[in-house]
Amino acid sequence: MSLVFYILAALTIAGALAAVLLKNTVHCALALTVAFAGLAFLFLNLDAQFAGFAQIMVYIGAVAILVVFAILLTKNSETPKDGVFSHTWLVGLLVAAAVFAMLSWAILQSVSRLPQAMPAPTVTVLQIGEALIGRYALPLEIVAVLLTVALIGAVIVAMHEKEGIQ
Amino acid sequence: MQETISFTPQLVPSPIAEILWLIPALPIVAAGMIAILKQPRRKTAAALAIGSQSISLLFSLFAFGHVVHNWVHGDFGIHETINFTWIQVGAANVDLGWVLDPLSAVMLVMVCFVGLLIFIYSIGYMKHDENFTRFFCFMSLFAGAMLGVVIANSLLLLFMCWELIGVTSYLLIGFWYQKPSAAAAAKKAFLTTRVGDVFFLLGIVWLFSQTGTLLFYNAGAGSMEHGALAALLSQPAAFGLSAAGAIGLLIFCGAAGKSGQFPLHVWLPDAMEGPTPVSALIHAATMVAAGVYLIARVYPLMAAGALSGGTTAALIVVTWVGAFTAVFAALIAVAQNDIKRILAYSTISQLGYMMAGLGMGGVAVGIFHLITHAFFKVLLFLGAGSVTHGCHEEQDIRRMGGLRSDMPLTFATYAIGMLALCGFPLFFSGFWSKDGILDAAQHWSVAKTPFYMLVFGALLTAFYMTRQVAYVFYGHWRGGKPAHESPAVMTVPLAILAFFVMALGLIGTPAWPWFKAFLDGSATRFAWRGFMEPGLLALMGVSTVVVIFGIILSWRFYGDRSPRPTEPDALERIAPLPWGWLCDRFYVDELYGVTLIAFYRWWARVADWLDRRVWGGLVAGVAGLFGLWARLNRFLDTNVVDGGFDKGCDELAVGGGLLALVQTGRVQTYLRILALAVAALAAILIWSSRA
Amino acid sequence: MTPLAGYLLVAALLFSIGLAGALTRRNAILVLIGIELMLNAANLNLIAFWRYGPHPELLTGMIFAIFSIAVAAAEAAVGLGLVIQIHRHAKTTDLDQMNRMKG
Repeated sequence: MSLVFYILAALTIAGALAAVLLKNTVHCALALTVAFAGLAFLFLNLDAQFAGFAQIMVYIGAVAILVVFAILLTKNSETPKDGVFSHTWLVGLLVAAAVFAMLSWAILQSVSRLPQAMPAPTVTVLQIGEALIGRYALPLEIVAVLLTVALIGAVIVAMHEKEGIQ
Repeated sequence: MQETISFTPQLVPSPIAEILWLIPALPIVAAGMIAILKQPRRKTAAALAIGSQSISLLFSLFAFGHVVHNWVHGDFGIHETINFTWIQVGAANVDLGWVLDPLSAVMLVMVCFVGLLIFIYSIGYMKHDENFTRFFCFMSLFAGAMLGVVIANSLLLLFMCWELIGVTSYLLIGFWYQKPSAAAAAKKAFLTTRVGDVFFLLGIVWLFSQTGTLLFYNAGAGSMEHGALAALLSQPAAFGLSAAGAIGLLIFCGAAGKSGQFPLHVWLPDAMEGPTPVSALIHAATMVAAGVYLIARVYPLMAAGALSGGTTAALIVVTWVGAFTAVFAALIAVAQNDIKRILAYSTISQLGYMMAGLGMGGVAVGIFHLITHAFFKVLLFLGAGSVTHGCHEEQDIRRMGGLRSDMPLTFATYAIGMLALCGFPLFFSGFWSKDGILDAAQHWSVAKTPFYMLVFGALLTAFYMTRQVAYVFYGHWRGGKPAHESPAVMTVPLAILAFFVMALGLIGTPAWPWFKAFLDGSATRFAWRGFMEPGLLALMGVSTVVVIFGIILSWRFYGDRSPRPTEPDALERIAPLPWGWLCDRFYVDELYGVTLIAFYRWWARVADWLDRRVWGGLVAGVAGLFGLWARLNRFLDTNVVDGGFDKGCDELAVGGGLLALVQTGRVQTYLRILALAVAALAAILIWSSRA
Repeated sequence: MTPLAGYLLVAALLFSIGLAGALTRRNAILVLIGIELMLNAANLNLIAFWRYGPHPELLTGMIFAIFSIAVAAAEAAVGLGLVIQIHRHAKTTDLDQMNRMKG
């Protein structure tokens, strides 16, 4: 386990923590961006270059911006006066802890069966393109439809209600 | 039901014998038809009753003519019988049947004729009564049952019809049932005759067990025929009697009940509560005569074992009871003031005469008096009914008087009847029949006392009848409104009866004893020599003297005097204490009241206590148990079943409410639950795959 | 500790943090942020397994992750649109106050 991994992991987790714990919602969104970035570097570290750049472009470039827009449109830019955590935050924390415990137990108890270091694969964009069109054509089309629907849906959902206009 | 046609010796039964059963059947059918009519159909009811009675009379006359025809041709002692098996009890058969012989033929004619006259009379007497149809229904039923008694060849069939006449007598005595005295009298009549009937039934059962048959005549196998009688005689019973004697005495108990012999006579005077036609038909001519007829029918049994010229223990008992009853009732009749009660006691007395006649002189003597008595007693009763009708329902003779001029026809016929009853010589049938009895008493081998008793009884009869006639028809009127003569529909039967009362004597005179010969089955012809029997003329003289003496004695006390109802009677002035005894009927009713009836009441109270406390308590207890069970069930139902169900539903609602708490409406709750569930599932999966 | 295990642990941690955030924060947008974190953790898992799996030349993990990114973006768009609409209605995005579907 290389040092790079540790640093990148620490960065991602710090960003995630900040995104969840900070009081100001905008600060959370920005911390989220940091977490996304860390993840992208982790992808790069895993020799999944395309995934890493896709992560940067889509998540940081679109989703994070989207989140910021939503925050601004819902007037959440100020720090809220009463608490940011729910009354029953402990329960939620416990549930999350339970999930983490279960996950880590699952991972740790199968450590012996996990494969060791493997040689790095070389992945070209051409290969990805061929795979998309060839083997994964159906999922591609479905995702295309899904994106269309989501687009239309988001527009309709967020539209102002005006009289006489459907 | 197989018909065995039985005859003696080898005769085919005549057609009239085959249809003899119609004679009682027609009036019974008429009664049934009247019963289903609606109440106010008077003409139809009367027409049915009189019509059926007339047809029965016609048949009876045919039967009588047939039997006379046989007698004329010298065929004596014939009993034409038609028998059939009714039920089979194991190996034994119970047979029923009817018989046509001189005795039954004579009785048939008498019952039908007298009955018809009384029915016609009743049309007038019951005209103002609203229960006209019910009256004729019961009377017709009675007539049919009585005819059944007369032709029965089986002691069982006779007993059945006997009970039927008892029932109809009850219904008719209590005809005006709203009157408490009438209802009580009907009950008394029924219960008193029942006492006799219990012994009668015992006799029947014993006879059946000993001889195996209840038929009278059955071509040699009947119970009145030689074989059975011999068997009965050889069986000893208690008190030195043979079985024949004992059975005879038991049967006599039944006859004593129906015929009002002492001590079972108490019901007859009270039976006068019924309408006068009922008193005439039932309690003068027919039902009370049924006892006498019964003894005549079973006479072979009663007389079995008698040495020639001698007599049996059973007949001795019959004679003594009859003689005693004759005097006893005559004494009481002297002190009575109700016109019908005098006649009732007179009937009891005359029935005693008949029983004595049977006991001492045989069937013919007793039955002849029965026939003549039927006619003049019915005449007297109908006359009394005419008198009460004319006096506006007054029955106390002290409130009548002088009716000789107001009701001449009634007076004339009544006088004829009265003279016949007293036994006034020569022109009245009563004289000849009573003399027949006195003659038999005179020659009785056992004792002379009954003879003296009967002669004394004749004196008393003359005495009280003259007293009655003097009170009613002589003197001056002591009643309320003036009296009037009765309508023709009532007086014409009186006239017809009066004629027969006088004419019947002709068939029983010693010069021509046709009746005796007819019944006993021998030839006879008219001969003045008949009067030359030893002691006969002397007897006739004695009885004449006695009668005239009685009439004159009574006239001295009562003739033309007309005492008021409040004054004491002439005899009472002389001998008040004996008069009191006679007036109170020798306290027999009171004696019964103190002993038997008191015991019965006590027993009824015990039974009532048992019934209410013990059995009733038991039933109440069971009912209580059921109530408890029901309450337990209800408790279970409401609390356990219903309650449980309700509680279950409530808990369900509560549970649902509790479960609904999960639906907080908050997304994060749902998310938490989701996460937890997924973690749990995954853990399970990994754990199981690991294992 | 193999490299794969390390990556998986990181992914698990990320997932749990995202879950904690989604379950405890009051603001609806923060819940969506948490969900995005969870999705990203899953993506990390996928890429890690692709890298250290038996057949990396099949590109299954990579393509899966790419699709996941695309779908996550679409879902974020719709979700945030919903949050904006809710805000217009209820004038708030506080999840604690949104319990009209309470049973």
